[in-house]
Amino acid sequence: MKHFLDIAEINRESLIELLDLTANMAEINRRPVPKVPALRGKVVATVFFEDSTRTRISFDTAAKRLSADVMGFTASASSINKGESIRDTIETLEAIGVDAFVIRHKSGGVPATVTKWSDASIINAGDGANQHPTQALLDSYTIREHFGGQDLTGLRIAIVGDVRHSRVARSDIQAFTKLGASVTIVGPSTLLPSDVTGWPVEMCHEFDSVIGDSDVIYMLRLQRERMNSAFVPSLEEYAQRFGLDKSRVNRMRAGSIVMHPGPMNRGVEMCVDPAEISNSLILRQVTNGVSARMAVLFKLLGAGGIPEGEG
Amino acid sequence: MSSTVVEVFSAQDVIKSITRIAHEILERNADGETPVLIGVQSGGTWIAKAIKEALDRIKSDNAILCGAIDAGMHRDDIGMRPVVAAHSSSIPVDLSGATVILVDDVLFTGRTVRAALEALNEYGRPRCVQLAVLVDRGHRELPIRPDFVGKNIPTKATDEVSVSADGVFVEAR
Repeated sequence: MKHFLDIAEINRESLIELLDLTANMAEINRRPVPKVPALRGKVVATVFFEDSTRTRISFDTAAKRLSADVMGFTASASSINKGESIRDTIETLEAIGVDAFVIRHKSGGVPATVTKWSDASIINAGDGANQHPTQALLDSYTIREHFGGQDLTGLRIAIVGDVRHSRVARSDIQAFTKLGASVTIVGPSTLLPSDVTGWPVEMCHEFDSVIGDSDVIYMLRLQRERMNSAFVPSLEEYAQRFGLDKSRVNRMRAGSIVMHPGPMNRGVEMCVDPAEISNSLILRQVTNGVSARMAVLFKLLGAGGIPEGEG
Repeated sequence: MSSTVVEVFSAQDVIKSITRIAHEILERNADGETPVLIGVQSGGTWIAKAIKEALDRIKSDNAILCGAIDAGMHRDDIGMRPVVAAHSSSIPVDLSGATVILVDDVLFTGRTVRAALEALNEYGRPRCVQLAVLVDRGHRELPIRPDFVGKNIPTKATDEVSVSADGVFVEAR
């Protein structure tokens, strides 16, 4: 595996192997000294053309726990402001010496394009509304860790909210269904994709009709920054129909869980304080994110020699 | 090219060796603290458990602790082989000041033991570490020697040695 760009390129077998590797990394993170020398001498550049808190810090921590060196790059504080192109930026950083680029960009396809300009491994840390594959890995791991088993067979997962603008939803749907779960996307028709032909999902416009029989309620952030027209009549109405509030939490199945990729819009899709409900795995997702990213970095940078089977 | 598999150690020999190693560990550590057995993942863990059981039969106070160390992230050949999901470490106690018996199935180049020693460091500073192996097949590439050996088996560097409770087998390549 050279790059990590898109869950669609990864078969079920490789996905399970990455989940197992994530479990190994989680054990390292529970050690008294959560750091191993595995990627000593490797350089990981985090190149973020779009804002981020958790993904960037998570990759940064993951690389450091594997003893790689981290080169940070933020577009807003760089020569991008002087008109330098993405290609020139990547080539400049590579000339300094980079083994892996972790790239986030507001346009879909940028990380895949960068693979043509660079010999380094490219990891997609979110590209537009296209993909966010490490999020899908950490989400799948979090669900598997909670429910047990080798994969997600038999679990019913509802992904609720702004699916249209969500790269998290696209990656999650592919990963969850490859791992055997059944997925329902829930939201107003304006926020669901206009065409779901070929998507392995059910569609539903009533949150209340799925709340009682889902094992996982996955809340998406309403992405106001990606909306250029009115997708919802008002935030209040959206919150009322598709927000997770106390009463909906109370109607969830016994043993079911709540997830959210963050950052949360409190009072919009999250009308309940996750700290006040016992079945929220939202912070667990953040913790597991470091382990999942360590698994990806190690898989890409720790391998060599004999060619391996690819999916 | 055909290859042949030779049994160099029977299941019975494995049990006898483990029992003998248990006695030697007690003898060597007679005046010290109770040692902690740490198996090297993955081949050493069942042997560490078997030595613990043998020790429990001899001493019958069940005071011996047994754990596992994964050396995979400390190896010096990372980047030279494919990555596979590995095993986990589980260390039952702070190793500071402890006598640790590191247990593996086969001692070969010594590189796994080096990696395991480095991995152990993160769980404290043991008073001493002793090495027990079921098979020493030679071909060391580092200055590492075992304290307890089940059997010395001369091999060619290209041979495959496999160890289980069923015995020790050498396949010539």
